[in-house]
Amino acid sequence: MDYVVLGAGPAGVTAAETLRSIDKTARITIINGEKEPQPYSRMAIPYYIYGKIEEGGTYLRQTEDHYGKMGIEYRVGRCGGIDSKGHKVHLSGGESIPYDKLLIATGASPIIPPMPGANLPGVHTCWTLNDAREILKHADKGSPVVLVGAGFIGCIILEALYLKGCKITIVEFAPRMVARMMDETAGGMLGRWCQKKGVDVRVSTKVEGIREGSDSPDAKLTVDLSDGTSVPAALVVLAVGVRSNINFLVGSGVETNVGIKVNEYLETTAPDIYAAGDCCEGIDLSTGKPDMLAIQPVAVEHGRIAAQNMAGHPTPHEGSLNMNVLDTMGLISSSFGLWQGAPLGKTAKLIDEDNFKYLKLEFEGDKLIGAQCVGMTDHVGMLRGLIQTGFHLGEWRDKLLEAPERLREAYVAVSQARPNYGPVAPHTNTPVAKAG
Amino acid sequence: MHKALVIDPGKCTGCKQCEMACSYVKTGEFNVSKSRIRVFDFHTEARFVPYTCTQCAEAWCQQACPVNAITTNADGVKVVNDNLCVGCKVCTIACPFGTVNYNAETKKVIKCDLCLGSPACAEACPTSAITFQDSEQAGFDKMKLWATQAAHAATHEGPNAPVAKG
Repeated sequence: MDYVVLGAGPAGVTAAETLRSIDKTARITIINGEKEPQPYSRMAIPYYIYGKIEEGGTYLRQTEDHYGKMGIEYRVGRCGGIDSKGHKVHLSGGESIPYDKLLIATGASPIIPPMPGANLPGVHTCWTLNDAREILKHADKGSPVVLVGAGFIGCIILEALYLKGCKITIVEFAPRMVARMMDETAGGMLGRWCQKKGVDVRVSTKVEGIREGSDSPDAKLTVDLSDGTSVPAALVVLAVGVRSNINFLVGSGVETNVGIKVNEYLETTAPDIYAAGDCCEGIDLSTGKPDMLAIQPVAVEHGRIAAQNMAGHPTPHEGSLNMNVLDTMGLISSSFGLWQGAPLGKTAKLIDEDNFKYLKLEFEGDKLIGAQCVGMTDHVGMLRGLIQTGFHLGEWRDKLLEAPERLREAYVAVSQARPNYGPVAPHTNTPVAKAG
Repeated sequence: MHKALVIDPGKCTGCKQCEMACSYVKTGEFNVSKSRIRVFDFHTEARFVPYTCTQCAEAWCQQACPVNAITTNADGVKVVNDNLCVGCKVCTIACPFGTVNYNAETKKVIKCDLCLGSPACAEACPTSAITFQDSEQAGFDKMKLWATQAAHAATHEGPNAPVAKG
């Protein structure tokens, strides 16, 4: 059996390892589209930028010769197309690699906004390790940096540039920061926090263009904004979103939408081809519908499940929970599931603007379906536990509506309930038979 | 053979010696807010529940870590390697039990590591609410406990309740 994995991010690497754990004799090849000595994690890039770790610290696996020891062939190459009838992957150098089963885990790439000057030297995306190396050449202490996009990724880069000591202006088209991860209250808190830390935050603002030359001696570029002002920049970082890497699939028989279409076994529309991670539209656990959830834990889940299916252990994917955690210069926020709430659901809120603390819980019936936190980190995983397990909160729902801070208590009370009602169904309660 | 913490909330008096011991062993301070085990206090039921990491076989914290900083040692314990942890906190939202926490002082995550073989919480517990036992035996005992509780349930409710006569 020949397994080929296209893409060496968390989805691809997890899949290759899972395949090996099931099939000890198969040939497994993992192909990285980036010329790097080892698969690395994009999540670790900000920590590399501000010097917390070396390049090696970004590697997905840290043991010496990890892939060699597992009998996984690691190689570098760009895929130019797939011949799904002939079961072959074409690499851009002209080489063809045959497969019996193929996993597409090619991830996503940053969107370059259509604006004048987006290709000038000193304008970079921050997505690959190579981007990070380029950014490091310009991001000196005190240098003016314009960050375009205050979404989740923009905010992660913000933290790294802040710790590097850069003078930052962050420009966001939406009316608040992290608009796709949190609500107005949380986004507003993050904005105020950033301003307090000396970051110039411009929301509801568009970048009209970037041009060479600047009045400022430490800047080579000028960024013109829709509010009529111009900001000097030694470096412009673009973080306006990502899109699935699927262009090479045209004509391959692998159907795509925003990402690759997959069924519950993460199979694509072409035989023996599977997809995982940012490049595909897996099921969102909260809605039951396909969606591109481009986050690390989902990539890993996909990779593992796709590999099990490829190796002949049918494993349906019930869906992944959307969730994010973000550290914005020391203010930690997180969001889970349907943080926007449900149409007929109930909401519990705790807001402390002065101390940058916020907790919001969204219920549907007596189940938790979504949550947002700012400035709260203790036991936050319980939010995932409650949402993903779909625990009936019973009377605790009303207790939480009154006092959302009792969340941890509620979790323990519900998940560790006293097993009074028999070992088969510890959480089941039925009405007491009426006497007489 | 792996050993595990076995927690019997029925024996817990809420004295928080386990939290003190954990905090002292892990940080050198007696500060329950720094403990990796936590006793939840249900006033209205007069019930206390000690709560910490269960060292899952398929640990979601471990799978979610982008740099493989959470590894499994020979005793099956999931250990955070401080030299590798970048402090991204993905494990803290990935663990559905909420037992991996971020430490803002060290900028790394912390979790229970069973004190690498002799858990201070179990040693400190005066009522044996927390014990450190062979995990297979622990699972069996837990089943036995639940079965007994069901048979002698304090409340006559639920599917196994005798039919009320009246």
